[in-house]
Amino acid sequence: MGLALMALIWLITLVSTYFFVAKTWWLPVGASAATAWIDKQFALTFVIMGIVFLAAQLSLGYIVWKYRDSPSAAPVQYSHGNNTLEVTWTVLTTILFVGLNLMGSNVWASQRFDPPEAGAVQVEVTGMQFAWYFRYPGPDGKYGKTSPNLMDPSAGGEAAVGLNTTDPAAKDDVVTGTMYLPVDREVDLSLRAVDVIHSFFVPQLRFKQDAVPGLNIHMHFKPTAIGEYEIACAELCGLGHYKMHGMVHVVSQEDFDKWLAAREAEKQ
Amino acid sequence: MATPATVHAHAPQGFIRKYIFSLDHKVIGIQYYFLALSAVFVGMLLSILMRIHMIWPTAVLPLFGEIKPETYLALMTMHGTIMVFFVLTTAPQGGFGNYVLPIQIGAPDMAFPVLNMLSFWTTFVAYMFMLAAFFVVGGAPLHGWTGYPPLSAIQSAGPGEGLGADLWITSIAIFCIASLMGALNFITTTLDLRAKGMTMMRLPLTVWSWFITAILGLLAFGVLLTAGILLLMDRNLGTSFYVPTTMVNGAMTWHKGGSPLLWQHLFWFFGHPEVYIAILPGMGVASQVLSTFSRKPIFGYRAMVYAMLSIGFFGFMVWGHHMFMSGMSPYSAFAFSILTMCIGVPSAIKTFNWLGTMYKGRIRFQTPMLYAIGFVSLFVSGGLSGPFLAQPVLDIQLHDTAFVPAHFHLIMGVAAIFGIFAATYYWFPKMFGRMMNETLGRIHFFITLAGTYAIFMPMHYAGLAGQTRRYSQFTEVAYLQKLIPLNTFITYAAIITIAAQFIFVINLFWSMFKGPKASDNPWEATTLEWTTATPPPHDNFGGVTPVVNHGPYEYGVPGAPKDYVMQTDPASVTAH
Repeated sequence: MGLALMALIWLITLVSTYFFVAKTWWLPVGASAATAWIDKQFALTFVIMGIVFLAAQLSLGYIVWKYRDSPSAAPVQYSHGNNTLEVTWTVLTTILFVGLNLMGSNVWASQRFDPPEAGAVQVEVTGMQFAWYFRYPGPDGKYGKTSPNLMDPSAGGEAAVGLNTTDPAAKDDVVTGTMYLPVDREVDLSLRAVDVIHSFFVPQLRFKQDAVPGLNIHMHFKPTAIGEYEIACAELCGLGHYKMHGMVHVVSQEDFDKWLAAREAEKQ
Repeated sequence: MATPATVHAHAPQGFIRKYIFSLDHKVIGIQYYFLALSAVFVGMLLSILMRIHMIWPTAVLPLFGEIKPETYLALMTMHGTIMVFFVLTTAPQGGFGNYVLPIQIGAPDMAFPVLNMLSFWTTFVAYMFMLAAFFVVGGAPLHGWTGYPPLSAIQSAGPGEGLGADLWITSIAIFCIASLMGALNFITTTLDLRAKGMTMMRLPLTVWSWFITAILGLLAFGVLLTAGILLLMDRNLGTSFYVPTTMVNGAMTWHKGGSPLLWQHLFWFFGHPEVYIAILPGMGVASQVLSTFSRKPIFGYRAMVYAMLSIGFFGFMVWGHHMFMSGMSPYSAFAFSILTMCIGVPSAIKTFNWLGTMYKGRIRFQTPMLYAIGFVSLFVSGGLSGPFLAQPVLDIQLHDTAFVPAHFHLIMGVAAIFGIFAATYYWFPKMFGRMMNETLGRIHFFITLAGTYAIFMPMHYAGLAGQTRRYSQFTEVAYLQKLIPLNTFITYAAIITIAAQFIFVINLFWSMFKGPKASDNPWEATTLEWTTATPPPHDNFGGVTPVVNHGPYEYGVPGAPKDYVMQTDPASVTAH
């Protein structure tokens, strides 16, 4: 019984570890400035937790086999514990866990506490059941006013986000169903939701943020590779949650300018 | 010591007073246990329907027909809610805590037997309300067990958000009241009804775990009750605690000025301690069983007690780690994150001490021990994914992906269930006077352990690859389609593992009537429940008040006549 148990625990441990090490299923290739930092912290955490995982499971398996009861087994070592050991592993785990945490903190801080770089492209993301809309403020760099009373989701586009077309600042606002971003330029994102909570998640951009009704959440990030990336809603938002899907097209600055100019032209 | 006022030496004779509206903590414990057993089968059935729908979205199932996306979400909501409240909170604490705690401290019953009966029947009413949500117009709610408003607060936000959602919230509110009554009873009983000599530092670790769980329940369920009442008011009385100006389904709602984040703070202030409410009793049972079957004292008894106390203490300060992506201030993430990592420390201490307990022991592999060892393995595996999710910067990628259900199912789901299994196989002889079948128990264990890992390890991989949670199907997002083979494997693993649970049920009911008669102390254990008759008489000790002379885990004592010293053995047996 001890042998069978050890075999099973070891097998589970080694098979589980294999797929983590082989990266059969893994983080998608990153395409944003934060990728390097985040993936490095991921790797560090994986190595440390992986070692602890292997050590704990393999010794668990070994101990249950080694100290199985049998007529020839050694007598039990009568002991109520060891205070030195308790203090040692308490201190070691505290240093390990808290240290690991502090190492990752600067990434979080630089992304969230610092303002976006100058010249960042402004985009407003609006989530609603079950679609994403993207608004660009246009040449004036100002978003026009929106009002919930003007919202008509069934009409799509400007009406869906409730754009007040009488506001001068709204004249040049562009509202689309697909997101275009210039590569290597910071994005100053505003996130809103009109009905329930949604979450804007782009795995390749290592970016996720809830969009919450009543809040206008500002975030910034920088895409660093041209490509098309899928947006998946990551907060349960109702029966169509699984198909609340969108696309981010990261293109060259030139293509981005052309695309935006074409949208402006369509609007006139 | 005080005694409960309503305990009589002889049990009432009428069927209803003896088995239905009983005041006997042992009967009430068994009632809780069977309520949880029925709930776990409902919860498992829902999960298997979900897994089938994820892989074959258009499949037409016998009895159920085709599962629609909204039905999937209703199944998911009810699976989570039923499992968390009516299984993981009910069986370890209401079931085993009720049955065993008074006996282990040498008391004739709980401190308030009538309150005890009331808390069980209140739980039962809550359970009926929960099940009723399936059968009303619109069906069960689809807002998930976390019930985030505005989705959960507005009737037009989706199917099931009408009467079904009201029943769901009402059920949880009633459950909170039941749990508060139970918590008061457990705390009072532990503090006031201990037998002579049963000092706090001689309490079995199971009693400590139930005691600390009760304190957590007392502090947490009151908050959830309040949050639930506010949500009901938002839905039905025109208030706006949680809902700002919103347009749902093309129409403006009447709400203005509420905060969706308020619910998240209140919910997780309950929700995180709830994790420990589910797992702490499992830790207690694992400690008890590992010591008994290793024939060795528990390693670091005091460290174990302090670890549980600090887990309970820190458990109330980490709720924000569920909200890193919620729009909450990013500064507060630092505090929540560091405190969450701190909770890993007492968890690690417990693991070291469990390994230390088995080290140089003489391990007997009866089924309760197998489950306790499985508990340790799952606790390690589920625990080690915690430090990923606790780091806000990694949570950006992992939050609301399959990595999260992988993490919490391993630790608060299956590890806690392994605690319940260990407890069942361990105390069954005392509760029903018969032994369970060892061969069936072992087969059940090996399939369940392997199956559990086969289900939940791949979910970590899927989460890393970006598989979002709560998706009824993977057909609409291109990168998710690539993960369908992995999910198909999980579904097959789930079907096999759930099928294996019928081995347990057969063993349970067959042994109840046909198992070999159990002796008073079949495991050669030391705590007070093994000093009395099997099953124990109505007042637990047949008119005798036990006197405690020893700590709870005196195994392998040098110079003692047997390899174990019962807590009631005369002090002269050993020098300790």
